[in-house]
Amino acid sequence: MALKMVKGSIDRMFDKNLQDLVRGIRNHKEDEAKYISQCIDEIKQELKQDNIAVKANAVCKLTYLQMLGYDISWAAFNIIEVMSASKFTFKRIGYLAASQCFHEGTDVIMLTTNQIRKDLSSPNQYDTGVALTGLSCFVTPDLARDLANDIMTLMSHTKPYIRKKAVLIMYKVFLKYPESLRPAFPRLKEKLEDPDPGVQSAAVNVICELARRNPKNYLSLAPLFFKLMTSSTNNWVLIKIIKLFGALTPLEPRLGKKLIEPLTNLIHSTSAMSLLYECVNTVIAVLISLSSGMPNHSASIQLCVQKLRILIEDSDQNLKYLGLLAMSKILKTHPKSVQSHKDLILQCLDDKDESIRLRALDLLYGMVSKKNLMEIVKKLMIHVDKAEGTTYRDELLTKIIDICSQSNYQYITNFEWYISILVELTRLEGTRHGHLIAAQMLDVAIRVKAIRKFAVSQMAMLLDNAHLIASNTQRNGICEVLYAAAWICGEFSEHLEEANQTLEAMLRPKVTTLPGHIQAVYVQNMVKLYASILQQKEQSGEKEAAQEITQLMIERLPQFVQSADLEVQERASCILQLIKYIQKLQIKEVPVAEEVIALFAGELNPVAPKAQKKVPVPEGLDLDAWINEPPSDSESEDEKPKTIFHDEEQRHSRHRQPEIDEEELARRREARKQEQANNPFYIKSSPSPQKRYQDTPGVEHIPVVQIDLSVPLKVPGMPMSDQYVKLEEERRHKQKLEKDKKKKKQKKEKRGKHHRHNSLHTESEEDIAPAHHVDIITEEMPENALPSDEDDKDPNDPYKALDIDLDNLVSGKPSRPLADSEKLPVQRHRNVETLKSPDSEAPLVEKKSKKPKKKEKKHKEKERGKGKEKEKKVIEEEEEKKGEDLDFWLSTAPPPASTTQLQTEPVVGAAVVAEPQEVKKEEREERDEEEEDEGKKSSKHKKKKHKKEKEEKSKDKKKSKKKSHHSEEETTESVQNGTLDDEPLPPMSSYRLLAENPYVKMTYDIQGNLQNDSQVTVSVIFENKSTSFLKSMELNVLDSLNTKMLRPEGSSVHDGIPVPFQLPPGISNEAQFVFTLQSIVMAQKLKGTLSFIVKNDEGSTHEKLDFKLHFSCASYLITTPCYSDAFAKLLESGDLHMSSIKVDGISISFQHLLAKICFHHHFSVVERVDSCASMYSRSIQGHHVCLLVKKGENSVSIDGKCNDSTLLSNLLDEMKETLSKC
Amino acid sequence: MINAILVFNNHGKPRLVRFYQHLAEEVQQQIIRETFHLVLKRDDHICNFLECGSLFGGSDYKLIYRHYATLYFVFCVDSSESELGILDLIQVFVETLDKCFENVCELDLIFHMDKVHHILQEVVIGGMVLETNMNEIVAQVEAQSKLEKAEQGIAGPAVTVPSRWQGGLSAAPSRAVSAVKNINLPEIPRNINIGDINIKVPNLSQFM
Repeated sequence: MALKMVKGSIDRMFDKNLQDLVRGIRNHKEDEAKYISQCIDEIKQELKQDNIAVKANAVCKLTYLQMLGYDISWAAFNIIEVMSASKFTFKRIGYLAASQCFHEGTDVIMLTTNQIRKDLSSPNQYDTGVALTGLSCFVTPDLARDLANDIMTLMSHTKPYIRKKAVLIMYKVFLKYPESLRPAFPRLKEKLEDPDPGVQSAAVNVICELARRNPKNYLSLAPLFFKLMTSSTNNWVLIKIIKLFGALTPLEPRLGKKLIEPLTNLIHSTSAMSLLYECVNTVIAVLISLSSGMPNHSASIQLCVQKLRILIEDSDQNLKYLGLLAMSKILKTHPKSVQSHKDLILQCLDDKDESIRLRALDLLYGMVSKKNLMEIVKKLMIHVDKAEGTTYRDELLTKIIDICSQSNYQYITNFEWYISILVELTRLEGTRHGHLIAAQMLDVAIRVKAIRKFAVSQMAMLLDNAHLIASNTQRNGICEVLYAAAWICGEFSEHLEEANQTLEAMLRPKVTTLPGHIQAVYVQNMVKLYASILQQKEQSGEKEAAQEITQLMIERLPQFVQSADLEVQERASCILQLIKYIQKLQIKEVPVAEEVIALFAGELNPVAPKAQKKVPVPEGLDLDAWINEPPSDSESEDEKPKTIFHDEEQRHSRHRQPEIDEEELARRREARKQEQANNPFYIKSSPSPQKRYQDTPGVEHIPVVQIDLSVPLKVPGMPMSDQYVKLEEERRHKQKLEKDKKKKKQKKEKRGKHHRHNSLHTESEEDIAPAHHVDIITEEMPENALPSDEDDKDPNDPYKALDIDLDNLVSGKPSRPLADSEKLPVQRHRNVETLKSPDSEAPLVEKKSKKPKKKEKKHKEKERGKGKEKEKKVIEEEEEKKGEDLDFWLSTAPPPASTTQLQTEPVVGAAVVAEPQEVKKEEREERDEEEEDEGKKSSKHKKKKHKKEKEEKSKDKKKSKKKSHHSEEETTESVQNGTLDDEPLPPMSSYRLLAENPYVKMTYDIQGNLQNDSQVTVSVIFENKSTSFLKSMELNVLDSLNTKMLRPEGSSVHDGIPVPFQLPPGISNEAQFVFTLQSIVMAQKLKGTLSFIVKNDEGSTHEKLDFKLHFSCASYLITTPCYSDAFAKLLESGDLHMSSIKVDGISISFQHLLAKICFHHHFSVVERVDSCASMYSRSIQGHHVCLLVKKGENSVSIDGKCNDSTLLSNLLDEMKETLSKC
Repeated sequence: MINAILVFNNHGKPRLVRFYQHLAEEVQQQIIRETFHLVLKRDDHICNFLECGSLFGGSDYKLIYRHYATLYFVFCVDSSESELGILDLIQVFVETLDKCFENVCELDLIFHMDKVHHILQEVVIGGMVLETNMNEIVAQVEAQSKLEKAEQGIAGPAVTVPSRWQGGLSAAPSRAVSAVKNINLPEIPRNINIGDINIKVPNLSQFM
């Protein structure tokens, strides 16, 4: 009827528009499909017409049908026709249809390229907009390639509306055509600072997406994003940026440090929950990335946890959910801070919202401890009972098992309790996780020897009540537990009290209704049972009883022989024959038990899941090589049968914890090796060291709960596990009392004997001793197993292609190899230094050596002038570079407050310095002349020298801590080398003499390790001065409390470290030793010995050389550049300690002096004004050290500020020493 | 990234389907059905986030939805989106619809799917959020419908355009409703009560 009305209306040239179609479909509810196919026919007719409006209408209707699930790809060409209509109205319809149904497989899509290009450049912004929108949905690699340039141009369109769309679509283009990323990136970056907030937000969006996939390439944008973060007020943008930082911090912990403060501020100030939540999330990410070395962030953690608690307590379920989600992230690194909110999380378990309950469950997993495990599981058990719907109940069940079994049953103190829990869980109806419970039962019974007796009794009970389980379980998985029960009873039958009864239970006719694989296990294990009963009866001389039991087996087994399951049938018939044979022997009165039991001798040990995979191939063995001549084909099928057995093995090992850390592995390997030595044929399992609770004589004072099995295990009305909770509580109480007593005793003793150091045990949860000493047998691993981490990166990841180094684009410099960008930037400076060969260090010496020479004065002067200029330039350049350098940005932590004081400090004090007069004068003259000369130098000359000077400068900083050495060399050198830097120079180094004797000379240098805040590397050069051969060198150092030499694992503190080379006469070589330190505020001296064997024609002698290794405070500093504004902020912060020194009688030039401080003490110049300079350095543990150096007439004063006053005063003392040698 | 935007009613009938990755029509329908069943189970007082497993192919995806009167607005997003942010965005989208349709109801979405798409395109393109400022979105939508109207004016009587199209945005809903009334449809609640929801979204205003 409606249809007719529509048809009748005059202003319609064609049948239906979209609304009519919709209405029609609604009116034909019964025969919708038919009606629609009729409509599609009409649409096909309409599409054939020339009128574009008709076509557009048809396409519009098709779009609707597409939503209902109809394929409209057949109309692709018509859609393109509509797209190319000149009118916006139709164009829009066309693009909409295209965006819904075009994809890479649409072949006509290539026809659109020119049309789209035309639309993109249309003067009407909405034509462009519509084309961009459409393109965002169906861009193909071809379109992306062809249109990338057009879209890139649009990124700078005058209308922000187009700009923001173009920016977003670029992301799609990058995905399809990764080559476009490099050229487009600078413009994209530019858009981050677009005046229109929408465009800015789009650019942030795109870069966030890019960075999420390949974060390391975008680290260099961190400063820019940081700026945006502190300036933007658009929450959407802020959220994106903060999320991005969350992805970047794991790559650059220093970034995290920088972020903490602004993020905390945001957390305090924002009222937008979404922003607050993301801030908390990123702070958590930062804390995770810092978790190693930053103990002082507990305030931030507290803040996060506290805010999250507010979220969780909120009545808004969404906030609650997110709060729990974020909480679980904190849990991984800071479990303690979350544990204090246990109450809240347990409360969430009662929530009506399942998602929230599941989140809470996740959290519980990480919150358990020995102390609260029982309580938490008890609570969960209550929920299991209450839970409606099997999905949630199954989830609870798996969680209970996960929680209990995590980290190798770490939190279980009472395995009887755990077994009872498992048994209780078998009462669950309709669960799918019977196999999980079964696996746990097997695992615990196998690996915890002490529990076997109890486990067997419980399993026997289960078998006895099998009808309860089996009756309601044929269709669900709980009967799997019978599999475990049967196996445990059979394997550990020696612990069974009433084996007869159990055997009978297993032989019940009802058993045959169980699934085949369970029956098979029944059959196999009833023989084990039978064997042990037989033995028992024979030993006690009850021959009749023994025969009776044989008879019973012979009577009942045939029911299994008839089984339809092949496995059951086969096993049953074998066993039946065996038992018939036994019967014969029994009739002849031959004792058989021993032999029957021998069938099952030996213990089964668990094997780690990946053990097989980890067996390394022995050297020289080629697994692919033929052992014999290759057989003529067709015979190679003998491997197949193996898989049949393979299956079962897997079942056993499936649920074991695969996580074994390397350390433990090594330990286990060690233990195994020993055992193997005793018994080459049988590899016995070793108890995991972690789990070996007092195996030694001290066991008596650990209260052991005797399990008296005569006590009925079931108390009516009370679940069994509860009893164990009670028992356990009592036990712990007792234990505590005992401990208290002991403590008191100890105290008394202490009072009596003053000098006795008895560390008092505090009662912590970790002190709870397990009820019985538990051997958790760990899984066997092959010897030499290799820890393998499978790297499963998807090679087809579409985002991989976007992993493009963008650094050179960012800084606008000529392309730099990618490897460079991956390096940490601060490292770069150090690297330059450390990599220098002795030869390249030479120029420095030259420069110095020149000074005293009057002959060369003029030349020298020029040189100096240039040098000075160059040095300045270098510094400037370095600073410029830094501007873009992320490292630099990161290294300048900006705390706030007042600096002027330091800079105005007057120069006072005097110390006399012995220095050759000549040099002094020379220097001064040079200085004056330098300044005059500076401008005059020919630029050509300058350029040439520039490079060299630069090198010198950097070397300078590094080299030579040894003054005396240095000056010695200087003078001699200068005599030899009259000419300037063009000549090859003798090597000079920062290496100081360590020790020397007629055979060997050792020099050393110490360098901080930026990556590790508690390590320094000592490089020692060994030089053979004798004519003999030196070998078997071993270096040993007497560790102090603070400083220890890093030795290979397993060696004791008294072991030396072998020097990895031998020295022929006259040869020198370098070896590096790593030392770990705790505190770096004081200089240290370590005594050590080098032992070696001297071999010459007369034979070999053993020699020793003692030395003292001096760790100066300066060796803990790392040259770190610093901006003057950051420097000022640092000084203003007010949390630096201050100290100063003055040295008199300094005659060297200020420039020279600064250079000395730079290279001897690892400082860098921040700013220099006349005879005053500020300098900065950073220790490996992150202390900032700031210096203000002022030169007076004859003296130098140094004011220092540092986070640590001790470090500062020590540093200044060292500096004083250095300067006094000038 | 937003992977899909689905709008369906209390009976699972799709009202707006927008996938940002290509999927065959059958797969799309399957996803809509499954999403509907997932969402239907949840009553209105529980949280609006839902882990959807491998429904959309990746484990990273999450469903974020809101339920307004007869309609479910479901966004499927990956981990780069802020959950609360998307909730706010849904609200922005719905409020924009409400402005453009003047008191939006399900019928508007039924009869003007194309317009809903056009509005959506001003909010999200290619799975990325384009604009979160409602006034800006409304301004762009209106500018485009003006352009459409102008074109129809030029076209004159030669090219006939269905009258429903000529009605423009504001006229559409009432006509649609009256048309539906004539055919005697089961009652459909007319107004989506947006006022209530504001309470649930604590910081909407902040966000803008």
